[in-house]
Amino acid sequence: MPIGSRRPRIRRRVFAGAIVALVVLALMSVMVGPRPISLESALAILSEGVAGSSGAAGRVDGVVLWSLRVPRTALAVVVGAALGMAGALIQAVTRNPLADPGIIGVNAGASLFVVLAVSVFGWSGVLATAGAGMLGALLALLAIVVLSARGRMSPLVLVLAGTALAATVGGVTSAVLIVDSDAFDQVRFWTVGSLAGRDPDLVWPALGLVALAALAATAIAVRVNTLALGEDMARSLGTSVVRTRTIAVITVAVLCGTATAAAGPIAFVGLTVPFAARAVAGTDTRWILTLSIVFGALLMLAADVVGRAIAGTGELEAGIVVAFVGAPLFIWMARRRSVEHL
Amino acid sequence: MSALRLFGERVSLPVRRRLVVVLVGAVFVLLGGALVSLYTGNSSIEAKITTGILIGDYAGASPFEVFTVLDVRLPRLVCALVAGFALGVSGALFQELTENPLGSPDIIGFTGGAATGAVLVTVTAGGALVGTAAGALTGGLVTAALIYLLAWRSGLDGYRLILVGIGVTAVLGAVRAYALSRADLEQATAGLRWLSGSLTGRGWDDVAIAAIGLVILAPATAALHRSVSRLSVGSDLATSQGLDVPRARIAIAVVGTAWVAVAVVVAGPISFVALAAPHIARSLSRASGAPLFSAGVFGAVLLLLADVVALRVFSPTQLPTGVVTAVVGGAYLLWLLQRLRRGTA
Amino acid sequence: MTALPHESRDSSLSSAPPPAGDALAMRGVSLGYPGRTVIEDLDLRICARSFTVFIGPNACGKSTALKGLGRLLAPSKGAVLLNGRDLARLKTAQVAREITMLPQSPIAPPSVTVGELVARGRAPYQSVFRRYSREDERIVRESLEVTGSADLIDRPVAELSGGQRQRVWISVVLAQQTGILLLDEPTTYLDLAHQIEVLDLCARLHADGRTLVVVLHDLNLAARYATDIVAFADGRIVAEGPPADVITARTVRETFGVECTVTTDPASGTPLVVPARPPHLGAATPSIRPTDPLHSSERTP
Repeated sequence: MPIGSRRPRIRRRVFAGAIVALVVLALMSVMVGPRPISLESALAILSEGVAGSSGAAGRVDGVVLWSLRVPRTALAVVVGAALGMAGALIQAVTRNPLADPGIIGVNAGASLFVVLAVSVFGWSGVLATAGAGMLGALLALLAIVVLSARGRMSPLVLVLAGTALAATVGGVTSAVLIVDSDAFDQVRFWTVGSLAGRDPDLVWPALGLVALAALAATAIAVRVNTLALGEDMARSLGTSVVRTRTIAVITVAVLCGTATAAAGPIAFVGLTVPFAARAVAGTDTRWILTLSIVFGALLMLAADVVGRAIAGTGELEAGIVVAFVGAPLFIWMARRRSVEHL
Repeated sequence: MSALRLFGERVSLPVRRRLVVVLVGAVFVLLGGALVSLYTGNSSIEAKITTGILIGDYAGASPFEVFTVLDVRLPRLVCALVAGFALGVSGALFQELTENPLGSPDIIGFTGGAATGAVLVTVTAGGALVGTAAGALTGGLVTAALIYLLAWRSGLDGYRLILVGIGVTAVLGAVRAYALSRADLEQATAGLRWLSGSLTGRGWDDVAIAAIGLVILAPATAALHRSVSRLSVGSDLATSQGLDVPRARIAIAVVGTAWVAVAVVVAGPISFVALAAPHIARSLSRASGAPLFSAGVFGAVLLLLADVVALRVFSPTQLPTGVVTAVVGGAYLLWLLQRLRRGTA
Repeated sequence: MTALPHESRDSSLSSAPPPAGDALAMRGVSLGYPGRTVIEDLDLRICARSFTVFIGPNACGKSTALKGLGRLLAPSKGAVLLNGRDLARLKTAQVAREITMLPQSPIAPPSVTVGELVARGRAPYQSVFRRYSREDERIVRESLEVTGSADLIDRPVAELSGGQRQRVWISVVLAQQTGILLLDEPTTYLDLAHQIEVLDLCARLHADGRTLVVVLHDLNLAARYATDIVAFADGRIVAEGPPADVITARTVRETFGVECTVTTDPASGTPLVVPARPPHLGAATPSIRPTDPLHSSERTP
């Protein structure tokens, strides 16, 4: 389906370039922070473990690097990849380029259930809160997908529905937090969407879940392609619409729930990343997914590094940096053409 | 269609009988709600004494009771009425402006802008009323200007306005979350409470601000009413019929934003009243003109009812009114979207 | 239905004195939308008291030109003249009493009745206080009678059929009491019977002395009703003049890129466009005589 023969070449080059950028950023991420670590030192510690460091200062560097920076970098990559993939999938399933888990209320759903888990059940374990987050994301997604399942929904209506859902759910969340101020104290740092101070134990389970989700997404990618043509066309092409959608929804829920539980609600990654991926990859869902994973990781990591770099000893949360990048893009998209033709 | 004609035809206005009936009904509901909110509460005061206090006879009433009725319940009632009215009117104005039944100021983001301004002031400089009010007004106007500028593309298109507004709202949400996470717990909790839209602790100084807003905006809105009505046939036909459409839209936008600012200053950011009130007014009265006044009346009804519910439902804990409107209103919006889609599907 | 003469200076049609010159004119006008110029350097004349029809393929600029005439779009270059005066310099309220345009898909406010909607057309004559005088009421009723919709006055517009609704919209612009009416595709979504109904109404309005400019898709109906036709393609005028001069095979080819034969409409005597033989019918049989369409069903073996 290449429109010209240039597209496959561009795709591969962009992909390669993105991987390189990812590696560079990962290195930077390990180096940047309140305690800057030089490049040589970082490379030495990475290749030989803590033993590779020299001197007391070097040993502290090593500890910082391995117990703080590396997990944080890994988490950024995993969360970014998850959100990018989730955005690409939800946009394909709802046939709506403005769908983003934050805008359509999925994050709000995940947040509500995490808050409930903390406040009502007193959970604080990683898997428990991740599970709660996934459940909340799933319910919110179901509501949205049901709304957009029948016939074509204009981008505007879907976004409004998401806003409505987020508002309702957010209202309940606020109510819970006002009544239970301990929960509020625990949660208000988390609601910003940040990679700072996250439990390093989160990384492996998150990675595992995201990897599983990626496998599922790849498996249904081709069928998701046909969904873009509309339900009737998809059926006549032999795709089981209901099954594909169900798998996609569950996958997105797992991705969003994991990401939200790990890093708090982060919006706009799921919007900007698929947009960029589509610009490069065209309409092939497999390539869109692949590029979304890489771009998502890139965006999240970049936001985290920038947040650390520009704020001196403090830091600006990644979620806020991403919002400042993503929101202008959203606005630009809204300005671009007649909205019905988005 | 009947008409009201006075002064030998120098004044002639079209009149809908059903609208008048519906408005009278709404006023009765308002009275009922007012009675509930004045005569019941966390501290129970005998009805006889309350009535006495209200008409100025303080015999048999303790100072605490006088204070409760006159300085707690009454200003709260007045604030709810004014804020609700302001929200209803601004909602109707924005729905006409965006030519979209879903174009409400809280969705477009003006409410969020006012809220962010107020939160920033609260978190940095403490929660004094004047400061918060100034912050809300400034925040709302700056956000409004920003959204209009971004959405302007040789004219104010309704769809674009809503979408740009949602984008700006998202950024503002991030700013607010940041501010809340940086403040100490007490300030942050107060901030969160305020953000949820609450009428608790409203006093006569709030009423004063509301009154000033009302005095300035009511005549402005009355002058605007005809233009709003003329716009409802679409901007092309309205231009053919001689309306200066761009100028009218800017005027509507400014007055609408001002009403939102009044509501936010008096009651915090309350969502969905501005969306629901015009719809309810229109569907009950089957009016085809711009139901500005009736939207305002129904806004007051909705907010008063929400306030009563917020006070009673988890009594003695007071929920912020905005939480009630958010939960009910969000569900209402979802239902509305479904219905609109079924109509066009 | 006989076609009215091109330059209608015949004062027997109405009691108004015949106006001199053009009702509307465009001189060197460039028009378009943000980022897209649709019409460049266009010269156009609409004769007073004519029934002019704009034809052309989709996105050729005919609706854009109409909007320019109606002052819904401001020209980036050149001037549009209304009765000899520069349209851009006139006050909006004044313009609204002389010329009005019915857009393609007009929006009726929710739950509005026919009477209320037509009353909107009185807006240019009303003020903040004088919103519904007896005069207004009379004109509303009259406008509805002209379009044959008087019995619908209290019905909600949403309940009307397509044809009824279109007639009501024409009543709305009639209530505005302008001498010039611009109608953007008034027949596009109507079935044949309603198309003819609306166009017959337009013919009556024209006979009463109004100037009409209408955008139509159907060439044959245009030929029947128009006194002048302007054919657009790619933002330029391909041909203008009375139907007999404009509706030719050459114009149709230049405007639409379609091969056709132009014969004479047996009912009205105006030009009739017959597209070329479609490929699925095979080669032409010699019995089809293009000059005698009434007998085209007879095929000599």
